[in-house]
Amino acid sequence: MIAFIVTSILCFIIYLLLTTGSGTLGLWSLEEILLGIILSLITGFVTRKVFIKKDYRMLNPVRWFTFLIYIIGPFFIGMAKSNIDVAYRVITGKINPGIVKICPDLKTDLGITLLANSITLTPGTLSVDIDEEKNNLYIHWINVNEKKLKGETVETKYICGNFEKWIRRITE
Amino acid sequence: MLGLIVDVIIYIFLIIGVFFNFLAGFGLLRFPDVYTRLHAGTKCTTFGSIFITGSVIILGLKMWYLGSADGSVLAIHTAGALIAILLTNPTGAHAIARAAHRSGVKPVAAIVDGLDEMNKKTIKKPNEKKEVKK
Repeated sequence: MIAFIVTSILCFIIYLLLTTGSGTLGLWSLEEILLGIILSLITGFVTRKVFIKKDYRMLNPVRWFTFLIYIIGPFFIGMAKSNIDVAYRVITGKINPGIVKICPDLKTDLGITLLANSITLTPGTLSVDIDEEKNNLYIHWINVNEKKLKGETVETKYICGNFEKWIRRITE
Repeated sequence: MLGLIVDVIIYIFLIIGVFFNFLAGFGLLRFPDVYTRLHAGTKCTTFGSIFITGSVIILGLKMWYLGSADGSVLAIHTAGALIAILLTNPTGAHAIARAAHRSGVKPVAAIVDGLDEMNKKTIKKPNEKKEVKK
């Protein structure tokens, strides 16, 4: 039941965002709002088992707020640094690549997905593959620092700074 | 006066975005193999697209502020496109890199290749006789 309500409300909000400027009732016309309620109820009933799977942890608004701060603050700064770094390497051509392994201590699927996407968008790193049993990530690193390498494993902080702590705060 | 300042900000955002998208194309020609090219192709296009879509969002907000309801449509739909780019771009890069490694493309001039040893243990690869161009 909670899943049905949450899915319907999310669908209704997205419908409202996509139909702004259609009338005089605020930003919307009455017909658009009525049609939106009917359509989002139908969609919520059909997809209630697909969208949420027995895990209501992400419904907490504090987590959403933390996620927003993470996107605007450390993530955006990391992305800007990454782009200046890649621009430097494109112009000079100095590369020193290799594939290394990191062992982040995250348990949920959502956390691993967020971390892998964050790593791909930050300085000189690209996530290639995942070991699904132990949640280890394999990272292509464009400028390998051989002093920090232990065999083929690197500590997480050299790859992505303090992203792991932020993501643990968001998802666990 | 306000309109002029906003216009200057929009032009600066457009210039930054076009510069990074140009660097992405240049990096595709310059780097030696799939993985390093993906670095250029994903990061620079994401960052450049953020600035280009950001300039469109600012234009939409300016039109909205000046009293046209079409501005809200422009700003919100472009924000949706930005979210889609941020989600799909790293996912696509990850899929291409994984597929390339599974089909036997070795990273050129790699110092370590941790993934290669894992694949030998778990997966039997098809015949590897393709040579990687250097």
